[in-house]
Amino acid sequence: MIMADSGSGEEVAVIGNTDITSVESENNIINTMVERGTALLRKMEISVAEAEKRTGKNTVNMQEIYTVYLIEIRPAESVPEGGTPAAPDTLWRRYSEFELLRTYLLVTYSYIIIPPLPEKRAEFVWHKLSADNLDPDFVERRRVGLENFLLRVASHPVLSNDKIFFLFLTEEKGWRDAVLETGFQDKVDSRLKSLNAMFRVKNPDKRFAALKHYSDDLNTVISQLLRVRARVADRLYGVYKVHGNYGRVFSEWSAIEKEMGDGLQSAGHHMDTFAASIDDILEEEEHYADQLKEYLFYTEAVRSVCRKHDLIQYELEMAAQDLTYKKQQKEELATGTVRIFSLKGMTTKLFGQESQEQRESRIAALEQSIQEGEELLKEKNAECQEFVRTAWEDIDRFKEQKDKDLREALISYAIMQISMCKKGIQVWSNAKECFNKM
Amino acid sequence: MSVGTPKGLASSGQKPITEILHPLSATEEPLSPGPDVTINYTGDRVPFHPHKLTVQFDVQGKTTPDVAVSLSAQLFVFFACECDVTRACRVSPQEVGLTNGAPSETPSPASASLLLSRLQLDDNLEADTMDPYASTETRDLFVIVDDPKKHVSTMETYITYRVSTKTTRIEFDLPEYCVRRRYQDFDWLRIKLEDSQPTHLIPPLPEKFVMKGVVDRFSEEFVETRMKALDKFLKRVADHPVLSFNPYLNAFLTAKDLNKRQGLALLTKVGESVKNVAGGYKLRARPPEFCAMGEYLDTFSQKLGTIDRIAQRILREQSEYLTEVREYGAVYSSWAASEEELQQPLEGVAGSVTACCGALEELSDNMSQDFLPVLREYILYIESMKNVLRKRDLSQAEYEGRLEAAILRRQEDKMPMPAEVEKCQDKVECFNADLKADWERWQRNKRQDFKQLLIGMADKNINHYEKCQAAWESLITVLQDKQTEDNTSDTN
Repeated sequence: MIMADSGSGEEVAVIGNTDITSVESENNIINTMVERGTALLRKMEISVAEAEKRTGKNTVNMQEIYTVYLIEIRPAESVPEGGTPAAPDTLWRRYSEFELLRTYLLVTYSYIIIPPLPEKRAEFVWHKLSADNLDPDFVERRRVGLENFLLRVASHPVLSNDKIFFLFLTEEKGWRDAVLETGFQDKVDSRLKSLNAMFRVKNPDKRFAALKHYSDDLNTVISQLLRVRARVADRLYGVYKVHGNYGRVFSEWSAIEKEMGDGLQSAGHHMDTFAASIDDILEEEEHYADQLKEYLFYTEAVRSVCRKHDLIQYELEMAAQDLTYKKQQKEELATGTVRIFSLKGMTTKLFGQESQEQRESRIAALEQSIQEGEELLKEKNAECQEFVRTAWEDIDRFKEQKDKDLREALISYAIMQISMCKKGIQVWSNAKECFNKM
Repeated sequence: MSVGTPKGLASSGQKPITEILHPLSATEEPLSPGPDVTINYTGDRVPFHPHKLTVQFDVQGKTTPDVAVSLSAQLFVFFACECDVTRACRVSPQEVGLTNGAPSETPSPASASLLLSRLQLDDNLEADTMDPYASTETRDLFVIVDDPKKHVSTMETYITYRVSTKTTRIEFDLPEYCVRRRYQDFDWLRIKLEDSQPTHLIPPLPEKFVMKGVVDRFSEEFVETRMKALDKFLKRVADHPVLSFNPYLNAFLTAKDLNKRQGLALLTKVGESVKNVAGGYKLRARPPEFCAMGEYLDTFSQKLGTIDRIAQRILREQSEYLTEVREYGAVYSSWAASEEELQQPLEGVAGSVTACCGALEELSDNMSQDFLPVLREYILYIESMKNVLRKRDLSQAEYEGRLEAAILRRQEDKMPMPAEVEKCQDKVECFNADLKADWERWQRNKRQDFKQLLIGMADKNINHYEKCQAAWESLITVLQDKQTEDNTSDTN
């Protein structure tokens, strides 16, 4: 069974690499995908292997330099006995294409907390770190971030089944058209419009309100943490680098000493080593900052789900309100009383009663409308309930993932600190040995 | 039997200070390592008792006699007896020339070691054994400056320090003294020493800080640092083979009340001599070794200045770092408040960060209290040394001037060289010899002091990192325990 499965995995990979010409083969892929369900990552290794600088023309025909990232996929454990591992299927993607993919996911799966992309521009940097987008260190960190994004999507129970995502990994050229064909952009527009309307929900769901509140808090605290960490890194850098001056002065001093000279000279080298060690330490710590940043950006995704819920809730409330209004109108017509002041009531009073037929046809129209409204309300209710159900499923999953990830991040941070201490102890012990020889 | 107390010491006829043989005269006597007298270590008995020793020490190939050591000869032998055979051997034939052996009572090694341990007031024993260079001089005068006390009178507020002395020297009537002195008294002593021992290097006192308001002179930190510096000053004087016999030091250590009236007159005198030096007479030929000393001092003081600046800069960077890290820890705490599962790990991180802050604070405090003052002392020491060098140049200039005048006169009158010129020559040579001896001592001390200082710096840094490491390691055990706990509860 496993063999057969993995065999098909390999096949898929091969097909994925060739141009899809027939609808049939596309269906094939999708079918396989559905079959494989959430296990995409178990069948397929995904990595962003390298980054490369390119020069090209942009839409307004201006020369621009950009970075492309090499996505490699290879079937996992697919090697038949004695065979060599299959060569990975590769394709190049720009950051903007990742953005497009994410926007697509965001619109299509509004009830899911979509994994964030790494930052577009370096933020919360300490002064030694370049904020330049083409800086090799930045590109490297972004490469890791993009890979992480792909892995997050591929391991997501719902997102991993998305065919556009699969095409993103396998179709270098045809993918863009396929995304646009889904028409997700229309939804984006209507969604944005609704957001701009600044809707107010009458009966907000307490759970979502609490979640929104939490994600706001998390956003505040993580960005504060990142800001302070950048300053801490700056200062620590200063402390280490100033020690480097000892290296120079010891070496100069050793020139005028006889017995002490050698010890001073070599102790000076250790001080140089000490000063230089901070570069690696802080470089490593940047990884921790990236882990925190991912969750900083996750807070935006959480808020987006909350907003979507608000929107659906708002639509539901609007439908209910509309229905109530229509029912009230019908009642007025039926009883002939005007409960509330209206233009219609005025015209009736001024120009006399309308004919029986007129009234009946209007009541019929209203009843029709009420029926439609009731159906709409039902629909909206169902939509809302479905949204809440699926969203909470994903929120629970997210919470678990967050707690696990952050705990691991904290452990690795502590390990980093320990290794920094060990380095420090090592260097100072070496220096002490030199001083001892003086 | 040899179980006598060092009673014999007192009766062995120590010469008064005025009769101390001067290095100058010592060089005129043949100073061959005496094969006629040898020290034999025979169990618990030492069969001879030197009345006077001339110790010759060999540093960097040059032989410098220092007769002053002879005064501590008896004690020197104590140590030789007390210590193991190798130590006794080191003292014997090659290094010790006995000019006048006179038998006297022998203390047993046991009583000597007892004496030694009684005299070892601090960790000097350790320093002695660690440092092979310092062992050529023995110590029989131990001083400690401690216990600062604030005195408030209607006129002024000042700090006094307790000066305790323990000694076996016969110049002192009692084996122990305890007096209280204030900074002014130390200043008086230093001026007196400089005046009465013009050819010697006088260790520096800590800065005066006459400017009120710039430094809080009554802050605990300031008093503590100054006390340490005064202690260092007095120990250096007490360890010096010549200065330690200065009667002013004796008075300073023992007198109930110091009569300091003479001190004031002296102040102007010192000022004058410094002015004279500043006048600048071009020497015909400054001996190359003194040129080298001057150059060395210039470079050394420059390097020390740099180290001082670096150390201060590091302290500043560390304190700024500390401010940020404290805030950093606080952010983790506030984050912990909004989490459920992560509350404990985040609080743990905040705790570790705080522990690291504490360790760093300790490091910074230690560095500013122990490291910087030693640097400062040496920077001042260099100034004293330069001052002595200038005085030497002055005395050489005086000699050369007089010599030139005498030669001119002799060409006219065929007169023999006048005695005063010869006296001047003696003075220069005496200056040179003293200076060289002091230089060697200073170099040895410097090497020892900086070795200790830098090792101390390394130790403090290591200690700091060890504490931080422990803090993070304890966090990891907490976090990982929690994790495995979770895992097992999941599987159950």
